[in-house]
Amino acid sequence: MGVFEPKEVKGLLVFPGKWEIEYEYAAGKVLTEFFKALKEGRILGAKCPSCKRVLMPPRSFCERCMVEVSELVEVKDEGELLNFIIVYRKFYGLPDPPYAVGLIKLEGADEPILHFIGGVDLSSPHRALKVLKPGIRVKAVWNEERKGSILDIKYFEPVGGEG
Amino acid sequence: MARKVAVIGVGITKMGRRIDRTHPELAWEAVSKALDMAGIWIDDIDAVVYGTMDPFDGIFAPEVWDSVAFGAGRGAGKPIMKVTTGGTTGMSIALAAHALVASGKYDIVLGVGVQKVSENIEAQQVLNTAVDPLTDRPLGIGAIAVAAMQASAYYFEHNRRIEEYMAIVASKNRLNALRNPVNHLMLKLTPEEALMSPYLIWPIKLADSCPSSDGAIAVILASERVARKISDSQAWIKAVGYVSDTYWFGNKVDLYGWSNLALLARRLYRKAGIDDPMKYFDVLEIYDAFTIQEILEYEALGLAEPGRGTKLLDEGITEWHGELPVNPSGGVLSSNPVGVTGLWRFAEAALQVMGKAGGHQVKGAERALAHAWGGALQFHALAVLTSHP
Repeated sequence: MGVFEPKEVKGLLVFPGKWEIEYEYAAGKVLTEFFKALKEGRILGAKCPSCKRVLMPPRSFCERCMVEVSELVEVKDEGELLNFIIVYRKFYGLPDPPYAVGLIKLEGADEPILHFIGGVDLSSPHRALKVLKPGIRVKAVWNEERKGSILDIKYFEPVGGEG
Repeated sequence: MARKVAVIGVGITKMGRRIDRTHPELAWEAVSKALDMAGIWIDDIDAVVYGTMDPFDGIFAPEVWDSVAFGAGRGAGKPIMKVTTGGTTGMSIALAAHALVASGKYDIVLGVGVQKVSENIEAQQVLNTAVDPLTDRPLGIGAIAVAAMQASAYYFEHNRRIEEYMAIVASKNRLNALRNPVNHLMLKLTPEEALMSPYLIWPIKLADSCPSSDGAIAVILASERVARKISDSQAWIKAVGYVSDTYWFGNKVDLYGWSNLALLARRLYRKAGIDDPMKYFDVLEIYDAFTIQEILEYEALGLAEPGRGTKLLDEGITEWHGELPVNPSGGVLSSNPVGVTGLWRFAEAALQVMGKAGGHQVKGAERALAHAWGGALQFHALAVLTSHP
């Protein structure tokens, strides 16, 4: 927090405050494998032994069947764009606009993954919507240098043909 | 057999940027108003249900500070329990208070929510911490993004002109807000002006979005025996319901629609003996944090067929002068003290059926529905309030 001194707003005082609290979030066993695979350029889903669906992002239990899930299967790094949004406003502490985020159903997975959609002119919705629509096929663009996080994939970009 | 429960007191503070009061001072403002309406004193309260969403205010567990507004400083402190379920927090307060009285555990329960979102410089930064920290948070997702997914899906699946209808909702609820001086935003907004406002996250524009408000609300619930003895004006809680859905988008039965709200509504209507919600209700107070959601709620609540919610706007049915006014208070679009907002819907529904809503009273309202949603489009709560038990 810088200097702890008030400022006056319409005759009343307000004081500065800031939470700077550090954490270390556990990925757990399943997401650890998921992130380690991303580092190698592979995407893993978790296959439920009961309903056989491939869950994305992978997790160690199926919340539909309420059973433990331990089998991880590789899915393709391309699939169908189900839906998307385009961020135009700068929100403090969040990425710089414009950026698009979409839900992508990767080939081999039964649930979509959330990620950036790139390689598209996002300068206005009008321009973006000429290319982006539900059903198009998108493929991962990987970072050259990978660290084992969700951002090892830069974004998904449209490839030719319908999904 | 559960006991009948009535609302006998409601306290709503002015919402907005409340730099004139600290957290517990704002709590006290709501509590004292509710006590005044009920005609009772703090010592008459048996227990307190409290709710807020901590990180918005930058205070960990504000109930420890606010407890003094509920009589904790008088030496014979009440039992205080806290509930928090995202945007449904306020309705969870009402439902928990209702359960405590209906069960016979207590006779008079105070439900109170306090929140100071305006003290937060960027609410989306807080909301970003509500999503999975490993897989989703780095993608810059918050509440607006979730609503934008709903609007985008509606655009592609149902209606390419949805933004024009969202603008009608934006204007309608802001005009309603002008009748209710507690509101944060009090501005004349035309649908044309709403359509011209800048995009935050396509397809959601600034005018489609709720403000970041401070505010506190208190309600006093009493058992039938006590309510009839001590109060001359009651709103009866005819039915309540709550439903939850998965956190992961991909595992939802439908990705963006609110089929679980539709399920809850059907269940609640059956319980309350409601055949036709359009005919049964006189007024609705539903959770319109973003304009698209009011339209989705028309459909889920059985007022319109899926994909046809805009019809109600074409026909003016949900306007102030319409057959079924929706959000005459101004709605979440006009004030959003997040953890309090669901309780505001409940409190407004109670005031309407008590005939005490003031400038935005729907004439002769006897049956009202209150709704809130919360989480990653996960939780829904509903309450039916009536003038007669």
